[in-house]
Amino acid sequence: MIVEKSNLQSEALETVVIRFVGDSGDGMQLTGTQFTDTSAMFGNDIATFPNYPSEIRAPQGSLFGVSGFQVHIGSVEVSTPGDNLDLLVAMNPASLKTNLYALKPGHTIIVDTDAFNRKNLEKAQYKTNPLEDDTLNNYRVVKVDMTSLTKEALKDIEGLDNKTITRSKNMFALGMVYWMYGRTTEHTIDFFKKKFRKEPHLIDVNTKVLKAGYHFAETLEFIPNAYSVSPAKMPSGTYRVIMGNTATAWGFLAAAEKSGLELFLGSYPITPATDILHELVKHKHFGVKAFQAEDEIAGISSAIGAAFAGDLAITTTSGPGLALKGEALGLAIMMELPIVVVNVQRGGPSTGLPTKTEQSDLFQAMYGRNGESPAIVIAASTPANCFDFAFQAAKLALEHMTPVILLTDGYIANGSAPWKIQSIEDLPEIKNNLVKEGDDNWSPYIRNEQTLARNWAIPGTTGLEHRIGGLEKDSITGNVSHAPENHEIMTKVRAEKVKRVQDVIPEIKTEFATTGDLLVVGWGGTYGSLHSAVKQMNHEGYKNIGLAHFNYINPLPKNIGDLLTKFKKIVVCELNNGQFVNILRMHFTGIEFLQYNKIQGLPFGNSELMEAFKKLIK
Amino acid sequence: MIMETAVENKYTYKDFESDQEVRWCPGCDDYVILRSMQKALPEMGVKKEDVVFVSGIGCSSRFPYYIDTYGMHTIHGRAPAIASGVKLANPSLSVWVATGDGDAMAIGGNHFIHVLRRNIDLNIILFNNEIYGLTKGQFSPTSTVGQKTKSSPYGNTQPPFNPGELALGAGARFYGRISGNSPKDIGQMLIEAHHFKGTALIEVLQNCVIFNDGCYSNVTSKDVKEDKLIYLEHGKPMIFGKDRDKGLVLNNLKLEVVTIGENGITEADILIHDAKEKDPTMHQMLVRLEYPLSTGIIRSYNDLTLEEREAEVTKQVKANSKFTKADDLFFSGETYKVD
Ligand SMILES: Cc1ncc(C[n+]2csc(CCOP(=O)(O)OP(=O)(O)O)c2C)c(N)n1
Ligand code: SF4
Ligand SMILES: [Mg+2]
Repeated sequence: MIVEKSNLQSEALETVVIRFVGDSGDGMQLTGTQFTDTSAMFGNDIATFPNYPSEIRAPQGSLFGVSGFQVHIGSVEVSTPGDNLDLLVAMNPASLKTNLYALKPGHTIIVDTDAFNRKNLEKAQYKTNPLEDDTLNNYRVVKVDMTSLTKEALKDIEGLDNKTITRSKNMFALGMVYWMYGRTTEHTIDFFKKKFRKEPHLIDVNTKVLKAGYHFAETLEFIPNAYSVSPAKMPSGTYRVIMGNTATAWGFLAAAEKSGLELFLGSYPITPATDILHELVKHKHFGVKAFQAEDEIAGISSAIGAAFAGDLAITTTSGPGLALKGEALGLAIMMELPIVVVNVQRGGPSTGLPTKTEQSDLFQAMYGRNGESPAIVIAASTPANCFDFAFQAAKLALEHMTPVILLTDGYIANGSAPWKIQSIEDLPEIKNNLVKEGDDNWSPYIRNEQTLARNWAIPGTTGLEHRIGGLEKDSITGNVSHAPENHEIMTKVRAEKVKRVQDVIPEIKTEFATTGDLLVVGWGGTYGSLHSAVKQMNHEGYKNIGLAHFNYINPLPKNIGDLLTKFKKIVVCELNNGQFVNILRMHFTGIEFLQYNKIQGLPFGNSELMEAFKKLIK
Repeated sequence: MIMETAVENKYTYKDFESDQEVRWCPGCDDYVILRSMQKALPEMGVKKEDVVFVSGIGCSSRFPYYIDTYGMHTIHGRAPAIASGVKLANPSLSVWVATGDGDAMAIGGNHFIHVLRRNIDLNIILFNNEIYGLTKGQFSPTSTVGQKTKSSPYGNTQPPFNPGELALGAGARFYGRISGNSPKDIGQMLIEAHHFKGTALIEVLQNCVIFNDGCYSNVTSKDVKEDKLIYLEHGKPMIFGKDRDKGLVLNNLKLEVVTIGENGITEADILIHDAKEKDPTMHQMLVRLEYPLSTGIIRSYNDLTLEEREAEVTKQVKANSKFTKADDLFFSGETYKVD
């Protein structure tokens, strides 16, 4: 172990960005999650970004088999996982090679020197060992023979195979990082106790290694305990760390309880949406009916059937699945049934980049169906507010009797953040359009005058037997009608019904500035990146730049026309080739919209955004 | 199983006629099926408001519009999936699917096999006219090789499915086949399907007078019917023929037609139909048989339904869970306070 003795004093930092990288089998996701949870309990604000290969077991040591977990912790608000790293923990050469670019010059790398053998170096396409040449000259390198130290720590436990030993070396790294940031190991040890209840020897193994790493860092005071990120100031309340997909699932649990309806999920597994299915299948104790269907079409179809029968019905998927659901979604629009379709977006088209994030399904959500078929489209913008928007999607569907598409994306779905827990009693009421009786003239197409939502009479209700379907219906009787004027009336009613949602959604507010030189516009999962870039510029003295971030896309909030005219320039930032910008262009013809787009399967970085914005206001 | 409770025979078939004018071609067997259904419903002892008909697209899929219960006319091929959602949402409903050969086995093939595999308590009426009716006469997955249709002017080259074989292969617990010109037998089979717990599939050999007229007449027309069809009944010998003198025996793992009274064959040699047998081997042989064509309830094996299995798991989970309200979950585990 060679570390130049540092003259750094214990540094109090506002935020720190750490990335744990290694082979897919090295347990980096678990390491990252543990560090995240411990930090959240310590009171830090956090944002995370897991980044893993789409192969389940990529060849060991290969460049494409690298798995990483980035976490940003702060004593102030953090809204992104951060772009440049303060600390890189690299468990093998391949992970060093693919991640070094992100480390800030002069900052620290912890490596497992044992993994830098000939074989691994070759697989990482290193001609010479980067620990020995000048590759790392600009960084502070902490070389630890982690595999050997792990073995050493476990030498008293008999009967351990090599695999178990090497697989626990990630806990050695975690222990070291805990010490560096003044964290304790308790939370993780509790975690072992739960996780390995059925294999108690693993509790012992992992605890030993974790503590060994911790004490190693402590004893060899080469590593300055330099970074003390104190707790952040957050609104008071009870918190927990939540992943976006879990928050989405829980938002629907909350909506079901609040509306008094049973929750039905029809779904077919697809990355990165599957975790919502995984979460909801657990909750049979709440009466959740989660149905893993034979394909996405059956997923939405079963949801339509459940909605007809009176459940709060949802279906969850990602881009390719939404494509399959298109026809059935049109049916739900035609039958005016309340369903929610969640699309956790990923890179496309086709199979695209299954594990990477993108915002390229907006047009599909808006227009990807035959005929005039408007749907309500909303988008969550942070891991934690996936909860709010899932709840809101259910509320809008039930109150307006029409399908709602909720867009999230791989970035916020897999990211985690502190969530101030919302109790059911603090959530808004959810009404519905259920009817129990009707007179002789009753028809399923009797509408609420305000919202235009139709009556919802469910099987089992005496006297309200009726038939609905995909054929156009007479606007009054609800019977099949091919009458020309009737089709036009019905088409407009369905559109108007969606438009009237404007009356109940909040107006959009600009942040940081209400007038000025540049308005940054975004929607959905890019909120954290855009917010943090504009905020930083604001700190730097650019008081002339504002941010308008959209969660409601169809319909748009009422007041945006006014807001857009208050800035000299408008730039619409999206992780696609320009979709929302064209929706805005369509609505606001006189206004010029500039674009900033990124289509790399990755979120926006802070510096690239700031650079782009600065150019625009020069 | 549906609540058979205290609904006395207060309904007549008229109670199940909707106010919609029926629009099938005159002479179409679909009328026979519709009327059989309307007449069978009062016999089932189920309340009108507890019945749901779901269909896909096709002539046959217009069915729900004509019955005064709850109903949905949906999209091509998806009715089994939609009906599954209805039934899982509310297992106390009597849920029916009306589908065509194209709807069920071409575009909807996937849903069709999976619904049978899962054994949800639904009843599926398959209107098999060996043609696409609504789109005006293209060959379907049950059209015969050589059949001339609008999309096979020189004769169909695609070998067909035998729906019964497909269904049994997919795990169907109940499968019946019935001629479209026997309203009484159709009605009886509908009632049996209703009482059966699990997915019940009824294939009706339905004549399309316009695009495939007479496709079954060589077996179903009045004069040949008794000689060409066998009507199977559980527990009864497999006997058919105008003179009730033909029967089925097993010979070298094959079904063989014999004549009672010839070669020393007596009634005692004839196979007894066991529809309730778990092993579908004999049922498969029966559905494949070309002469005589087997009709009646070929298979009716009692098994747990998906809803029953789900209910059991849910009961266990509820008994062992500390969660009753969402708040219990939200505030459980690793939470922390910020002041
Ligand atoms: C997605 C889709 N593809 C194609 C069609 C056209 N289409 C309507 S009905 C039908 C075939 C119906 O045949 P079958 O299911 O045998 O019903 P039948 O009319 O014979 O009763 C087709 C191809 C459609 N409505 N939707
Ligand atoms: S086309 Fe054939 S199946 Fe369709 S209604 Fe006419 S006769 Fe019946
Ligand atoms: Mg047909």
